[in-house]
Amino acid sequence: MFRNVAELIELAEGNQVKIAEIMIRQEIEVSGLSREEVIAKMDMNLMIMEQAVERGLNGVHSHTGLTGGDAVLLQNYIKSGKALGGTILLDAVSKAVATNEVNAAMGVICATPTAGSAGVVPGTLFAVKEKLNPTREEMIEFLFTAAAFGFVVANNASISGAAGGCQAEVGSASGMAAASIVELAGGSPKQAAEAMAITLKNMLGLVCDPVAGLVEVPCVKRNAMGASNAITAADMALAGVTSRIPCDEVIHAMFLIGQSMPSTLRETAEGGLAATPTGRRLEQEIFGSGNTVKLKDLVIS
Amino acid sequence: MKYRSAFDIIGPVMIGPSSSHTAGAARIGRVARTLFGKLPKKAIISLYGSFAKTYKGHGTDFAIIAGLLDFDTFDERMPKSLEIAQEKGIEVIFRTEEAITNHPNTVKINLFDGQDKLEMVGISIGGGTIEITELNSFPLKLSGEHPAVLVIHQDRFGIISAVTSILSRCEINIGHMEVSRLEKGEMALMVIEVDQKIEDMVIEELKNLANVTQIIRMVE
Repeated sequence: MFRNVAELIELAEGNQVKIAEIMIRQEIEVSGLSREEVIAKMDMNLMIMEQAVERGLNGVHSHTGLTGGDAVLLQNYIKSGKALGGTILLDAVSKAVATNEVNAAMGVICATPTAGSAGVVPGTLFAVKEKLNPTREEMIEFLFTAAAFGFVVANNASISGAAGGCQAEVGSASGMAAASIVELAGGSPKQAAEAMAITLKNMLGLVCDPVAGLVEVPCVKRNAMGASNAITAADMALAGVTSRIPCDEVIHAMFLIGQSMPSTLRETAEGGLAATPTGRRLEQEIFGSGNTVKLKDLVIS
Repeated sequence: MKYRSAFDIIGPVMIGPSSSHTAGAARIGRVARTLFGKLPKKAIISLYGSFAKTYKGHGTDFAIIAGLLDFDTFDERMPKSLEIAQEKGIEVIFRTEEAITNHPNTVKINLFDGQDKLEMVGISIGGGTIEITELNSFPLKLSGEHPAVLVIHQDRFGIISAVTSILSRCEINIGHMEVSRLEKGEMALMVIEVDQKIEDMVIEELKNLANVTQIIRMVE
């Protein structure tokens, strides 16, 4: 079992296989399932991701009205031909937003690695798919590569906003996506790790400050930026750019930063954007004096 | 290693909005239900840390109740679980606690049905992965992801050996095991996570052992 990125790269290079393959082999060993069963399980998750993006691109709104409809705006903007950023980049952004809008609307999603950061990995996959034309098998491998890097972060740092801030959620998701894009585009395991390191370095310190404690503001837009960050870092790594700080050391830095983050900035809705005048006003409008009845009504209606 | 599977990272498939506060909370509730073995008549849910501060926004409340109703993380009935529990006549009380716990996402669940009681503490460590850290005041570590058998027994010599002998004879491999007790010679708890499903026959045999008070089986 690999414990860090260095071991993961060594295993992939030593066996001359993709990172995805190392993750698949480990899963078979840990779960006792057959290769076919493990692949089928991931295929199911991929299907859920496809359905969530599709639903989001058709337009969805949360029960509170705080989020929704932005994926549609972005798709229309891409179609207008006026977009300044590349089509793939904006497509990834819109699909990441689509997934998180579905999540905020309490729809069905697949956590990657968490629900609040569920847009980044599928958003980037379904955007680069248009250019790289992967097979179904390669798309499934994309998710196993993401899983391998997420696995290292989860075991050595954190993937919980309450424990490590948003860097642990959208930061991890973004790094995972960057590494997977590199591998799908034909980059080496080492380049995948460089992309992960470059991405995470730019996500360090990101706090978790959800307005009213809802996974809506700023979570949906952070997924958008997480997706564009991932594509940019993947391109940098594929161009041959390397990180001065090795990936495992970046992950450890992320862990230490998370530990020293005050609890007001770790998913308590007590600091950051949640504590701005507008954040507080929205909280008041949604929850009133603080009983649970109102949300319940919102959810059921 | 807290996380063992690729599907801890890519997964679970779930109802939004939060893997730790919704899916993880539902899983903790479901483990409590499994340990209790039936639907409770009354449930007291005490929330700590981030759970206490943001449960309304994340739907942690209905998620835990959905777990008690035995719903999976992707069950579309989840957002309506509070109503469903009410229809089934379950009394539900939520409490937000100020106490600082080791983990920011901690919940204590107390279940009641006549004479039957259960107190369980669970933590949601991120991405929907959970740990059960306390059961009826016994400290323990249980993921809820693997088949497991919990043996509540009198703290006497030879019981651990008797239990493991039965598992050995039935060719059941133990993945993780721990024993704890409240006081020397008093009640003790054995938590055994195994690799495969435990058949009824094995449970019956364990129940018949001397000094064994209760056997709880957990399945995947």
